[in-house]
Amino acid sequence: MENISVMEIEQQEIKNFKIDLITKKDQDGSLIPLLQSAQESYGYIPEKAIYYISELTGIPAADIYGVITFYAQFRLKPLGKNLVRICEGTACHVNGAKRILAALEDELGIGVGETTDDGIFSLQSVACLGCCSLAPAMVINEETHGGLTPDKIRKILRKYRNGQKN
Amino acid sequence: MKEVKVGLGTCGISAGGESVYKEIINEIEANHLDVKVIETGCMGRCYDEVLVEVVDEAKKSFLYANVTPERAKKIVLAHLMDNNPVKEWIVNVNNDGTIEDLFNKQVRIVLRNCGIIDPRSIDEYIAYNGYQAIQKVLKEYSPEEVIDIAIKSGLRGRGGAGFSSGMKWKFARQAEGDKKYIICNADEGDPGAFMDRSVLEGDPHAVLEGMMIAAYAIGADEAYIYARAEYPLAIKRLRRALKQCEERDFLGKGIFGSKINLKIKIKEGAGAFVCGEETALMASIEGKRGVPRLRPPFPAQKGLWGKPTNINNVETYANVPWIILNGAEAYAAYGTEKSKGTKVFALAGKIAKSGLAEVPMGITINEIVYDIGGGIKNGKKFKGIQIGGPSGGCIPATMGELKIDYDEINKTGAIMGSGGLIVLDETTCMVDLARYFLNFTQNESCGKCTFRRIGTKRMLEILERITMGEGKENDIDILEELAHKIQAGSLCGLGQTAPNPVLTTIRYFREEYEAHIIDKKCPAHSCSALLTYSIIPEKCNGCTLCAKKCEVNAITGELKKVHFINEELCIKCGKCYEACNQDAVEKI
Repeated sequence: MENISVMEIEQQEIKNFKIDLITKKDQDGSLIPLLQSAQESYGYIPEKAIYYISELTGIPAADIYGVITFYAQFRLKPLGKNLVRICEGTACHVNGAKRILAALEDELGIGVGETTDDGIFSLQSVACLGCCSLAPAMVINEETHGGLTPDKIRKILRKYRNGQKN
Repeated sequence: MKEVKVGLGTCGISAGGESVYKEIINEIEANHLDVKVIETGCMGRCYDEVLVEVVDEAKKSFLYANVTPERAKKIVLAHLMDNNPVKEWIVNVNNDGTIEDLFNKQVRIVLRNCGIIDPRSIDEYIAYNGYQAIQKVLKEYSPEEVIDIAIKSGLRGRGGAGFSSGMKWKFARQAEGDKKYIICNADEGDPGAFMDRSVLEGDPHAVLEGMMIAAYAIGADEAYIYARAEYPLAIKRLRRALKQCEERDFLGKGIFGSKINLKIKIKEGAGAFVCGEETALMASIEGKRGVPRLRPPFPAQKGLWGKPTNINNVETYANVPWIILNGAEAYAAYGTEKSKGTKVFALAGKIAKSGLAEVPMGITINEIVYDIGGGIKNGKKFKGIQIGGPSGGCIPATMGELKIDYDEINKTGAIMGSGGLIVLDETTCMVDLARYFLNFTQNESCGKCTFRRIGTKRMLEILERITMGEGKENDIDILEELAHKIQAGSLCGLGQTAPNPVLTTIRYFREEYEAHIIDKKCPAHSCSALLTYSIIPEKCNGCTLCAKKCEVNAITGELKKVHFINEELCIKCGKCYEACNQDAVEKI
């Protein structure tokens, strides 16, 4: 392992992560909140963040990696500009989510868990968004779209692609 | 002064509630009206969102459904300014002026404040008897008396397992140790369930008050709320509620002027279904991988960081203040012999009125589906319900008179679960639904138990094969054998119940499995590999729409002449079926 000092952590963008590292490092059970903080600051969890956390908390990097890969929320790679999350909940499933996912994959040219080459879209699936009355539903960034049809998917994606919504 | 309430739970916001809210504020300001605008939680009628309620000077309520910003403007101008309610958009007032009971057959205990108060305001919660119960408890009851009330009320864990909450508290109270913890399980992970989210968004203080009472009962001075990170609004409102409590010394040192200390912290989950299991949840709070461990020792003896811990679900805690204020007998008056009180269900799927409903235990499936849910949407036939999420099962429509309580549901092979209730119609394929749940449980297995990890994978492969038309004659037997082994060989409740969706569908819909395996047909016309599309000549008017939509040029025919689908070219994408507005394309 490289010997990295916390002081080397880049200044501005990850200030919050740095503050969290310093204030939470000795708290019990702080690993998951620290990883959440790193992901919020960087957009993903870079390798160096694992070493920063390891150095300060004394938790071996391998254990941290084990926790990261256990939880669906954490990612080790950056995301595209727009995050499309398709709901695969029961209500969405019985209302035709499979066809919606097929249309999304078709339109974006990527599968679940992937990012388009131009970095505009990342596609993820979630177990349930909890807005079952809008089924089938998806969330792009923070905005929920419900009552989806394959045609509607194409129209919505085009809007984001054309940069009308970022 | 008139009041306007806008439903801004996740469901309301998803349907465009925020722009309606802004429009109302703008119009009220532009016209200098003296009206109080309240942002409130889920009103339960998710299918009618965005909902806006106008309460006039005489306290008469008018509920507007499907409000858009344009409609909102008209409501402000007509109703708020000129006292002319816009009748055609109002859902709770009949033409003859009588008020319709929107909560027909419902009893609102957990949801008592949801959609009524502003969840961001502690004063509103207090105005609706909030924090009266904890003060009563601190002044009048010993911890043992509180436990006694909880036991007498018959309250059982609303997270799904249905264990007596009072008994759980008793065990934690009796456990030795000077440090004890309270945990609120808000990791609502079942697909199709959104009750806890709505309570946290609509009435966060009720959950906090319930936790305070439980903490006093077991003697805990530290508490955690483990909330799903996928519920950002719920977490935001909880944080605000916690801060308000701390500012007023409702939490912290010497709460409400007593000698009791209590600190509540929020822990955000990181996206793992298995963390809804109590021992996995505690591992996750400790910062580890969320893997369940063997019980005993139960959390009441050895829980978080090895200390006695009491874990209840959101809905369970939300019941507690009501029980304290109204008495155990009042609560136990609702329900059946062994299942007391009410249960909140999230109705979704093929139902006309999806949303939240709180009903007394013992209500029948038919009452929920027809009287509350308005029946099946699009005039289709009711086939059954799926209850209890991935640990639950399917109950056929023929058992519609079944009374819903813990024990009756258990007898069917399903479980009550947390309260997700998905309504299925004739177009739902039960084999595919079983495959769907197996896919979910298989993905979400933590990997600790071999039978769960590998057994569900094998079951999934078999189900996938069946839905692809490649089922083998003894597949059903193998599925059942694997299912029983997984039940026996799994450590936690999630593993033991994972085969339930398969077992119940085999039990009640065996003929559908056989149709897939033997006849290579999907009776619900849902499994695309087992379908053929064809055009009914009598109905086809030759509009060419289907041929235009077909991406593989499998449809031939001239304008205004009957079209034809070439089965060999057809990839069964179903686009022609959706495109035809003459209903001339059929699935066989």
